[in-house]
This record gives sequence, structure tokens and C-alpha cells, in this order.
Amino acid sequence: MQIKNQVKISLQSLSENIGIARLVAATFSAQAEFTLNEVEEIKVAISEAVSNAVIHAYEKSDEIVELIFNLYIDKVEYIIIDHGKGIADIVEARKPSYSSDPERMGLGFAFMESFMDELEISSELGKGTTVRLVKKISNHDIH
Amino acid sequence: MKITTAITKGVLIVKVIGEFDMHGADCFREAVDEYLNNMGIKDVIIDLEEVQFIDSSGIGVILGRYKKIMHLKGKICLVGVQDPVKKLLELSGVLKILNIYDSEIEAVSCL
Repeated sequence: MQIKNQVKISLQSLSENIGIARLVAATFSAQAEFTLNEVEEIKVAISEAVSNAVIHAYEKSDEIVELIFNLYIDKVEYIIIDHGKGIADIVEARKPSYSSDPERMGLGFAFMESFMDELEISSELGKGTTVRLVKKISNHDIH
Repeated sequence: MKITTAITKGVLIVKVIGEFDMHGADCFREAVDEYLNNMGIKDVIIDLEEVQFIDSSGIGVILGRYKKIMHLKGKICLVGVQDPVKKLLELSGVLKILNIYDSEIEAVSCL
């Protein structure tokens, strides 16, 4: 399917940049006919995916998280890529309440799954993780 | 995200302003734990009236303070929770253990 618009950005793996990722995702999503509620859901999903990359993927803050957003006629695709340590067991990591940190609820993937129409995770130990999120556009008019 | 703190009748009131994500969660933890660890505070009200966004990092740090305060045999509640934030708190199950009040005055009298 033809891409109508694409944005690619690279962020340093700092918590300060999670808000920037959300803002870019929300602005990009404004091209689609999403409701305010749907944009809020997208912001949460992006925040979770980028937070995971910042918290879990890297031990240093000078690494890079890549974001690719693709607008199609009927959906928006959000791809979040890190080149960090990878996830050993994706099935386990997707379970609600799975967390390597007692201060965290392990709800990141659960929120991504609840708020988006598709969630795909591919990961290789020592190579990194790619999270692909898709939100379908119920009204196909693109501005 | 910004945090302001005040003490009323021995209760710590923490007001959060902005987007409550992982970046803000660290500031929140440090601010509240300083009162819990070093100033003898056990009861906390978290004012979320000016928070329009929260994610699992923000919810996690609230839950972490809840556990700590339960250990201290204190009390904790939320005030001014906006609809988008409430939806996530409900989904995460936090509202089963934390009460929400409309105002700080009401919360202080109920703690």
C-alpha cells in the first residue's frame, strides 16, 4: 500500500525525549481523521514504546532510538527501533505485570495492545528491538 | 513536568503539573520520598488536576509510593483526576486501591 506521508526521527535515549516523541506522533496523527480520544491513546502507546527503549534497551543515555511514522490511506503505522540489548522472551515480556523493576507495573505492552489495532515486536538479544504499532483510520479522509 | 509540595495538617500535598511520564516519575519519586524518609510524613495527597497525560511510568511511581506509605501505615489518595488520566488509572486497576476526591479540602478531611 502506498505511503502518503512519512516522518523519520532519531532521538537520544533520554527520558526528556519521550515527550518529544509523543508530540511528534500526535502532530503526525493529526493528518488522519482520529478523534481526540484516539490521539490520546496513540500518545500513550508511543510513550510506552519509547520509554521501554530508554529504560530497558540501553544502559547508557547516549544511544539512539529511531522512530518511523507512516501515513497510509486507512491507517497510521508507528515503528520504534532501538539497537540495545533486546528482549530474551517476548511472550513473557508481553504479559501484564511482567517487569524487571518493582517500581514499574509492566503495563507498557498491555497499554500498547489495548490502545492500538496492531502490535508486533521483533527482538534479538544484543541487536535490539523493533516495535510496530498500527492505528486504523475509521474515516479515510486524509487532510 | 513540575511538582509543588505543601504540608496541611501534617498531610503532604503533592501537586503535579504537566505530563506525568518516565521523566517526571523520577522527580516525583525523589520529592515524595524525601518527605517519607526524612521528615516523618506518612499521609500524602496527590493532586493531579493539572495533569492531562499519564502513562505506566507515572502510574508505577504512584503505586510505588502507595506501597511505601502502606508500609509506614499511612494514607494516600488522589484529587482532581481528569478524564484521560482516570481512564488509565482504571485500566491499570489503581482505582481499586486508591480513592479519588474532588478537592484537597475534602481529601484532607477524609484521610
